[in-house]
Amino acid sequence: MPAAVINFAYLLASALFIFALKGMSHPRTAVRGNLLGALGMFIAVLVTVLDRRIVSYEIIVAGLVAGSAIGAVLALKIHMTAMPQMVALLNGFGGAASALVAGAALAETVHLRAPFDLQMTVATALSGLIGGVTFLGSLVAFGKLQELITSAAVVFPGRHVLNAVVALLNAALCVAVVMRPEELLWYWTLLAASSVLGVLATIGIGGADMPVVISLLNSYSGLAACATGFVLQNNMLIIAGALVGASGIILTRIMCKAMNRSLANVLFGGFGAQAAAKGDDIYAGKVKAVSAEEIALLLANAQRVAFVPGYGMAVSQAQHAVQALAKLLEQRGAEVFFAIHPVAGRMPGHMNVLLAEADVPYEQLKEMDEANPLFPQTDVSIVIGANDVVNPLARTDPKSPIAGMPILDVDKSKTVVVVKRSLSPGFAGIPNPLFAADNTLMFFSDGQKAVNEIIHALKEI
Amino acid sequence: MELFVTTLTIFVLAVFVGFEVITKVPPTLHTPLMSGSNAISGITLVGAVISAGTQHTTLTTVLGFLAVVFATINVVGGFLVTHRMLEMFKRK
Repeated sequence: MPAAVINFAYLLASALFIFALKGMSHPRTAVRGNLLGALGMFIAVLVTVLDRRIVSYEIIVAGLVAGSAIGAVLALKIHMTAMPQMVALLNGFGGAASALVAGAALAETVHLRAPFDLQMTVATALSGLIGGVTFLGSLVAFGKLQELITSAAVVFPGRHVLNAVVALLNAALCVAVVMRPEELLWYWTLLAASSVLGVLATIGIGGADMPVVISLLNSYSGLAACATGFVLQNNMLIIAGALVGASGIILTRIMCKAMNRSLANVLFGGFGAQAAAKGDDIYAGKVKAVSAEEIALLLANAQRVAFVPGYGMAVSQAQHAVQALAKLLEQRGAEVFFAIHPVAGRMPGHMNVLLAEADVPYEQLKEMDEANPLFPQTDVSIVIGANDVVNPLARTDPKSPIAGMPILDVDKSKTVVVVKRSLSPGFAGIPNPLFAADNTLMFFSDGQKAVNEIIHALKEI
Repeated sequence: MELFVTTLTIFVLAVFVGFEVITKVPPTLHTPLMSGSNAISGITLVGAVISAGTQHTTLTTVLGFLAVVFATINVVGGFLVTHRMLEMFKRK
């Protein structure tokens, strides 16, 4: 197949990728968008397989079959609650593939005794660096999310020094690859060193900061593909990689803004490793615990009810029960909405996916800016499994670790019901005065059990 | 050098397109956006296929094969899981 035809097909595929991302601007067009993206990928791979440089198909077919089988099983079996792990794992595989392709291109150039040019060697070094960080960094993120390793931030004395030393070592190895590309060993050493850097960079980040980490790794997997595009002089790789890189960076920025923290603070701050503060003086004598029946009575007369889900809802698998309660309230004539904080869950948009799986219509899912003006006219707000994102200290206490973080103003609704196992603090490790507020009622229970009890009590009325 | 500038131009323009398109994605769809864009970053599969198929040396073939497997997991897993999620948003 002539090179012009192949490049034309690559252009078509690149355009389809842009349409794919454009389709994501609305749930109605998103399915078609994703299919267009898959079509683009299919076209790109098809014309590549027909490239006349290819002498044998067995290895390619074997790889495609094995990869498709593993990918399909993962995609079809995974639970929606485990989506962050899945995306972390896929990010890692993408990064690894890019680094391996760059390594193969380097080995091929050495074998053919072809001349090296600076663009190729620099891009190869970057591909190895970003690919290695993405691969092992993603595996650590996967391990944390799957709770194979502790999800708390692992901090140890001298870690910043160690990080700096390993980072410098990586920089030195990049220079070595650029200066002596014919010595393949430098590349493999770089790959090992960048993998270590990936581990060090993610191990010190706590579980609730994972939305930022996954977004960043998402961006890296795109940038790794981009660097490989520079190695192979392939414009389609560069375009696709740049789109993904941009997407990951935007999501990273949104997540950081939603926590009012800088990226540097998330990456190096060791947030979530400190001991939790006790809130005895705040809570003493002011916390009102109630039963399911009392909550049902409140809900029976409510005109507008808000649900504020957090990661705790996903942990107790309460989303289906919550949806059933929402539906019951709607049938009784109440208006129901779900207020979703950008960092609720373990990855951007995670809570929306869980609620969509439980058949909550997306019109009922309100983002923070839409939800906050509604709270003052809301009769009952039910907070389930969320803590720091509804903590009014973020507004009032400039010394608090979450000071300035945008929160959901549930405290402004007439009554707040908090479903929670205990008064234990959230990820930020600080007490929450909302639990002791005059208009707050606490229902101490497991999320799913609590909601089912409320449904039962409401049906009795 | 001239070739590099051309390639760099394409890269920079693609980043701009990316920013324009992605900022229009609503927070509701951020998870499918991540898994879907993730599948797109599996485009490195194209390079992997060439390495695995040209068979210059055993080393490049092995590297190519591994890269094909990793990238295919990324592509197939990514598009499929995205489709699964988006169907849930659509069926209302």
